Amino acid sequence: MALRALANSKTLGRLYHHHHHHHTRGLQTFTLPDLSYDYGELEPAISGEIMQLHHQKHHQTYVTNYNKALEQLDDAIAKGDASTAVKLHSAINFNGGGHVNHSIFWKNLAPIREGGGEPPHGALGWAIDQHFGNMEKLIAKMNAEGAAFQGSGWVWLAVDKELKRLVVETTANQDPLVTKGASLVPLVGIDVWEHAYYLQYKNVRPDYLKNIWKVINWKYASEVYEKECP
Amino acid sequence: MSWSISNYLISSSNELSRCKLPYGSEGQRGKCQALNRPTNISAYNSLKTPSFKFDQVQKRKDHVLKKPRNISAYYSLKPPNYKFDALEPYMSQRTLEVHWGQHHRGYVERLNEYLAKDDILYGHTLDELIRVTYNNGNPLPEFNVAAQAWNHDFFWESMQPGGGNLPILGLLQQIEKDFGSFSNFREEFIETALTLFGSGWVWLVLKRNERRLAIATTTNAVTPLVWDDIPLLSLDMWEHAYYLDYKNDRARYANVFMDHLVSWNVALGRMARAQSFVNLGEPKIPVA
Repeated sequence: MALRALANSKTLGRLYHHHHHHHTRGLQTFTLPDLSYDYGELEPAISGEIMQLHHQKHHQTYVTNYNKALEQLDDAIAKGDASTAVKLHSAINFNGGGHVNHSIFWKNLAPIREGGGEPPHGALGWAIDQHFGNMEKLIAKMNAEGAAFQGSGWVWLAVDKELKRLVVETTANQDPLVTKGASLVPLVGIDVWEHAYYLQYKNVRPDYLKNIWKVINWKYASEVYEKECP
Repeated sequence: MSWSISNYLISSSNELSRCKLPYGSEGQRGKCQALNRPTNISAYNSLKTPSFKFDQVQKRKDHVLKKPRNISAYYSLKPPNYKFDALEPYMSQRTLEVHWGQHHRGYVERLNEYLAKDDILYGHTLDELIRVTYNNGNPLPEFNVAAQAWNHDFFWESMQPGGGNLPILGLLQQIEKDFGSFSNFREEFIETALTLFGSGWVWLVLKRNERRLAIATTTNAVTPLVWDDIPLLSLDMWEHAYYLDYKNDRARYANVFMDHLVSWNVALGRMARAQSFVNLGEPKIPVA
């Protein structure tokens, strides 16, 4: 099962104590990744309070519930309980997606003094100019899609690794980007759930979208891009 | 078409859930407030609630004449029945100010903008507008703003200062009949609220076909109106509804709503009117 493969590759070297000792498969659990910067270092674009809540409460909840759902899935499979296994899929998609999306998100952000907001040079910069005209147009497009998005979700800049093309996509709730296309690899994701900006920007999502570009980590995006399109 | 009461009732049979029971005005109990306050009034000032006399005059004018040229709004933003600090400490004044003043106001204003552009939608009541723009599951762009405007009106009315406690009379009986006990219902309602993914609403509805109460969830702007069910209560589970007061703690928000905010009076009134359209009891057929 694809989930099993994902579990193994993600948690190599992070085997944690698990109280289901009788399981021979040894279910590995996921853990909350650390940020490579302090909560307050993205100010004033994103407040430290939001970063702390977002990381320690929201993302942690996704991780906890993801692990719980996987445990329950493991039990259901062991017992041969197909209907329970199927029922758990929505919880796994939601919480697992939340974990995956937010893990990418933390890497998408960087303090200004570490290069946050610095536009990409090299292959990614050139591809952006080619596909969108220039950086301003890309930002305008992503901001427009993010602002118009109804409810909770994400707006992504992705590369289609088959077609070698940059695309802007949105996903609802915590659906991972691959639900919009199996060959899409996320480069930059922006969380437009209200919890990502509400304490600071309230209802004014466009302001949040305008300001977050000041702390977007284009170095990471370039690395991912160059790996997919060498 | 003359504006008789019977016409209004027939055309607004689906509007019964919009009839609000004014909090604290015992004299008005039982009288459908919607007769005095139509939902699609023309207003020249979109922020003030117009007086009764103004409504009557505008109603007749709308019906007889063509659309006036200098109309500035189709729907007005109705404030809640209570002051913004009346729900403290369970829902802060700040939340009311932002939630009503920015979110709800934004929906109403954008709805008015859409209606100013598109004459095809003119003349519907808000309920009809929601159904039409829902387009059987393929919503038109106006749906989001129309439905959210309605949803938020409904939500403010579903709460009251000093709310919570238990429902009474027929509503309690019906809850006990359909859920076993009130605590079962309460547990299920809160559980449903906590397992809702993303943005949405939790509703207590009266299902028309099954003729029983049920708990329903909807995503984003969807409302049970589109399935022709009759909503009795709603809880806004969009993050903006609770984030300023409770941050991530949805469980506490849902519990506080049940314990201190929900207006069972309003739900009782809504159910009483719903019974004009849904027969809950067995008909009493006399034995010949």
